Amino acid sequence: MENVKIEPDQIISIDRQLANSPKDHIPGWGIDADPENDPTYPMKNWNGADYERFNYQKPPQQPVRFEVFHSIERPGITRVFGTSTPPRGLSGRIRSYAYKYSEATSAHWMTLLLADRVDSVEGIISDLKSGTIPNIFKERGWTAEWKYNRAGLVDKVVTGLVVTTVLISLLSSRRK
Amino acid sequence: MLAMNYRGPLRIRVDRDRPVPEIEHPYDAIVRVTRSLICGSDLHLYHGLVPDTRVGMTFGHEFTGVVEEVGSGVQNLKVGDHVLVPFNIACGTCPFCKQELYGNCHESNPEATAVGGFFGYAHIGGGYDGGQAEYVRVPYADVSPTVIPAGMDIEDAVLLTDVVPTGYQAAEMGGIRKGDTVVVFGAGPVGIMAARCAWLFGAGRVIVIDHIDYRLEFVKKYSYCEAYNFREMDDPVMFLKRQTDWFGADVCIDAVGCDASGSAMQTITGKKLLLQAGAATALHWAINSVKKGGIVSVVGVYGPPFNLIPMGSLMNKGITLRANQASVKRLLPKLIDHVMAGRLDPKGIITHRVPLEEISDAYHIFSMKQDNCIKPLLIPPRASWA
Ligand SMILES: NC(=O)c1ccc[n+]([C@@H]2O[C@H](COP(=O)([O-])OP(=O)(O)OC[C@H]3O[C@@H](n4cnc5c(N)ncnc54)[C@H](O)[C@@H]3O)[C@@H](O)[C@H]2O)c1
Ligand SMILES: [Zn+2]
Ligand SMILES: [Zn+2]
Repeated sequence: MENVKIEPDQIISIDRQLANSPKDHIPGWGIDADPENDPTYPMKNWNGADYERFNYQKPPQQPVRFEVFHSIERPGITRVFGTSTPPRGLSGRIRSYAYKYSEATSAHWMTLLLADRVDSVEGIISDLKSGTIPNIFKERGWTAEWKYNRAGLVDKVVTGLVVTTVLISLLSSRRK
Repeated sequence: MLAMNYRGPLRIRVDRDRPVPEIEHPYDAIVRVTRSLICGSDLHLYHGLVPDTRVGMTFGHEFTGVVEEVGSGVQNLKVGDHVLVPFNIACGTCPFCKQELYGNCHESNPEATAVGGFFGYAHIGGGYDGGQAEYVRVPYADVSPTVIPAGMDIEDAVLLTDVVPTGYQAAEMGGIRKGDTVVVFGAGPVGIMAARCAWLFGAGRVIVIDHIDYRLEFVKKYSYCEAYNFREMDDPVMFLKRQTDWFGADVCIDAVGCDASGSAMQTITGKKLLLQAGAATALHWAINSVKKGGIVSVVGVYGPPFNLIPMGSLMNKGITLRANQASVKRLLPKLIDHVMAGRLDPKGIITHRVPLEEISDAYHIFSMKQDNCIKPLLIPPRASWA
């Protein structure tokens, strides 16, 4: 079958949805339209660099001052890396275990999520040790909650109180 | 210095005595932050959905700042330059960077090969402290950071680090042809920008889907499009089929990602039980409401290990699925031009201007969609520039 070529402008006029063509009042309408863009814009400008896997120009190596994990899907660390929050404590040990598995495994990611939860408990402990009592209300943005969702916040607090009271009375009645 | 400090899911505070970052590598620069933003991507971290998000980290990947110090190997940037810093950390010479995939650099993230290097994006993004602070270490300073063009508003400049290029690339990856019907899922900053940019490619009709009324109202005006609330539909896919003469949209854009609402099954398995990496509700709808042979463009962020999506529809309908982190540096010249010519007005989406000290509240408001928030901007105490 022969392909009938329809000019883009024609499409607009034949489509009943487009009675109000956006063309006229939208700044820059169609300015980046590219008829060659089929199926889509090339996401990469292919230039053969894919085959320079060993000999591409590498930046100098950033010195390693503490333990930096690397994915086992690559031979070592990258030339540059972040220096935020080195692994520490129990969560650090859990993380180091997670990095024994590839990015294709749940063992890797689920273990890291577990480490994150442990880390936040360790964070509270180390806060307390250093004499800071974390202001959970402030940290959770409850000043904003008070301002914009007072009813919701009151609900939350009341529910919390009710649940605690019920729990306490259940526990103490059991003891009797 | 002042810096945001993550303490665990939904808990954030500000440290006042954090050491100023130092040069760690000859290609580093130290930048004093003048403006930074909170992104929908930060919410995934804030909600505890991203593995290897360590307590004590500073988030923030959308910022502008003044160069305070440069490493011995930096040639293009000099002290005093006021720059916008793209969120991708890119070496510029690996095979991916050389083909303009700056969001997929191979030399900036040791921890995950699937992910490029990003500022303030957990250790899954390379373990860099980010820009919700007074100072940031900026690696590969000669590659991505760009001097803010004379005459450009700083609020426009800071949005060019992520939201504008991401929205633009969402539309670009959609391969939009003149007259196409484009459906954008999500009326957050990214979806709003994607809807606006769809017109630049000649879209004939742009429809945005969300469930937050103030955002739907906003996007209707800002992006000149139609906007509908999925809570008012029995089935969003049926709604879209009806809207498109039972054919389906030509292009669907997922600007929601793994924090989606709208499906109990996805929410329970993804956000409560963590059996999948968050909820893939929007992607599910996108695949089912695009036409046969259509294109689904994904910029919404999903985490590891996997998500539940309708692979059968994808295959049977011959859909092209395109996705990536935005390649900011690749798009900057064109987008700077669009902004300077007035074709795009990024700062129009900023609704909240908040001192860095009040960041916990800003996260809360943005996350809970309170006070008609679209995009919150953070202003550090010493944010002056020449
Ligand atoms: N690819 C990239 O380079 C890149 C860059 C920046 C942001 N992102 C991602 O883009 C996404 C959006 O970012 P944002 O800043 O606009 O976030 P946001 O949280 O402000 O916006 C998300 C919007 O989606 C809506 N939503 C939730 N479930 C939905 C559903 N099922 N259907 C339709 N809408 C739904 C929400 O109500 C909200 O308005 C995030 O996943 C973010 O991580 C990607
Ligand atoms: Zn972002
Ligand atoms: Zn690179």
